[in-house]
Amino acid sequence: MSLVWAIMRRDMLASLRRGSEWSNPLIFFVMVCALFPLGIGPDPKQLAVLAPGILWVVALLASMLATDSLFRSDFDDASLEQVLLSGSPLFPQVLAKTLAHWCMTGLPLSLVSPLLGVLLQLPTSGMWALLLSLAIGTVVLSVIGAIGAALTVGLRKGGLLLSLIVLPLYIPVLIFGSSAVQTAVEGASYTPQLALLGALLLGAIALAPLAIGAALRISVDQ
Amino acid sequence: MSSAILQCEQLYSERDDRVLFADLSFSLAAGEILQIAGPNGAGKTSLLRILAGLSSRFEGELRWRGQSMLHNCAQFHRETHYLGHGAGLKAVLSPLENLRWSCALRGVSQADEAIFGALDKVGLSGYEYHPCLALSAGQQRRVNLARLFCSSAALWILDEPFTAIDQKGVAEIESWLAEFKTAGGMVLLTSHQPLSPSLGANVIDLGAH
Amino acid sequence: MSFWTYFHKWGSPRWFYQFSGRLMPWLAIPAVVLLLGGFAWGLAFVPPDFKQGNSFRIIYLHVPASAVAMGAYMLMATAGAIHLIWRMKLAAMVMKSVAPVGAALTFLALLTGAVWGKPTWGTYWVWDARITSVLILFFLYLGILALQQAFENQEAAAKACAVLAIVGAVNIPIIYWSVEWWYSLHQPASIKFVGESTIHSSMLRPLIATLTGMYCFLGWMVLLNTRNEILYRERNTRWVKDVLTGAGS
Repeated sequence: MSLVWAIMRRDMLASLRRGSEWSNPLIFFVMVCALFPLGIGPDPKQLAVLAPGILWVVALLASMLATDSLFRSDFDDASLEQVLLSGSPLFPQVLAKTLAHWCMTGLPLSLVSPLLGVLLQLPTSGMWALLLSLAIGTVVLSVIGAIGAALTVGLRKGGLLLSLIVLPLYIPVLIFGSSAVQTAVEGASYTPQLALLGALLLGAIALAPLAIGAALRISVDQ
Repeated sequence: MSSAILQCEQLYSERDDRVLFADLSFSLAAGEILQIAGPNGAGKTSLLRILAGLSSRFEGELRWRGQSMLHNCAQFHRETHYLGHGAGLKAVLSPLENLRWSCALRGVSQADEAIFGALDKVGLSGYEYHPCLALSAGQQRRVNLARLFCSSAALWILDEPFTAIDQKGVAEIESWLAEFKTAGGMVLLTSHQPLSPSLGANVIDLGAH
Repeated sequence: MSFWTYFHKWGSPRWFYQFSGRLMPWLAIPAVVLLLGGFAWGLAFVPPDFKQGNSFRIIYLHVPASAVAMGAYMLMATAGAIHLIWRMKLAAMVMKSVAPVGAALTFLALLTGAVWGKPTWGTYWVWDARITSVLILFFLYLGILALQQAFENQEAAAKACAVLAIVGAVNIPIIYWSVEWWYSLHQPASIKFVGESTIHSSMLRPLIATLTGMYCFLGWMVLLNTRNEILYRERNTRWVKDVLTGAGS
């Protein structure tokens, strides 16, 4: 447990001091959401219909772009070698790193999402659903994205490749997440969707670190 | 050589269809220093990465305390310090914060005392709370070397430890190596410059293979 | 012969090259006969569907292509797992060989689906659950191919693709199910078309023929690709030089 805490503390401290790591995805989220009314017109009714989908897709993209940096700096400065050679099990280490990364990217994204919901005319009934579905969903996105980030960290041009690898795997999260918001807007109960997202979360946390660990070993061993 | 702790038998590795080394066998016993020499591109770093367990691109047999490294690599990693080319430091964090992380990875609890001692030993006392980006390249290298003294190990694997270190520093590092050697430690290192003869290091020249 | 000696023999590229050379006609001939025969049977001799007329006949290409594309992904993931667990190099070559064939079959399934969609639904593309799933499978293949090409080092590429293929294989059921769910949520069952289960047996038999033919075709193509890969990777060995100069078999 102290291992997990030490890793999370170091990563979050570094990310807080650097600043851009947690602020850039947020700025991206806000900017791209602001592009949509410009692209499809300011009609509040139309925006309200599209808002759940737009918010979820943009949050997903922001989370994915942020994931690219998850292992990048550790790879560049060789701390990743220390991680692999520490003799401690890799599973909690990569999980801690990924969760720390989520605290710096996915969590702020979820917290500002109601604000953007207001900008995009999302009915108030959907706000809680948006916040909760993003809070759970972005963890899954971070964990799945970490697999892609670990696979591409050793490559010079990782960014676009990462999206090709990861986006198809994001689809279930997008489906359940945006559906939760839509259902809430329609006034029905969205607990089933949240429960499904929770199931995805548990499955991802149980299995993905194995793939992340294996991928990191491969990326370092080139 | 019955007391050999690290045994490497018939190592073979190639890169891009070029054989780096073949039929390379050596062993290391307590209190021995082995320098791996050779021109650029001879495969010194590759060999160290293979020995450290970072690279699987080789054929041959590696044994640690008589057991194949395939099966007890966790124990081997616990007993080994590997210092590669990279500094392994986060520039925005202080030496203390960086080393706390390194110690936690290796399962050292209550590490602060050890870290202060280690930083003092490498001549960085007073810099504990400075962010690493404010330190010079040589000082960052020293922070990295301080990891050697934060937790005990039986084997140090050092890739070019003298890079960015001044002449006085080189002598200092050599004295640490000598100290470690008398305490029964083993060192495996690459270096372009010859080590001081007083260390009594064995040399393997990869260029000769 | 024990399992492990068998396993190691299988892992030897040279042995596989020779074995696959003998195996290939047994896949190639059924592939050609069953596919061509099945098409002729399905196109010319099966009575037209009473709702869709003649347009349904494209299933004799569409269904085998989508089913085999799915099977090919599972084959790729299995080969990847074997490569990662037992470090069998041959499995990596098989995995690399399956990917382009699977991607091509998936594309064929999408294309035939679109062609079929025009007379059936009046449009080339419908966000139907099944077509969307095939589209996502196509994306998964593209991801694997892109990752494969990004690595300079062959071994790292093989291992990375193996990890990705396994992750994809674990995710495919979840993705398919979520797409199914998504579709049922948005589309009250207004579009229903003839599925395999309600198909008349006279239509089914040629379908089974082309399906089997397509599996043989996959096996044939994979063997061809793998043999090529073996020759390339072992190009410096004596036996490959003998094969290429015609001295050996």
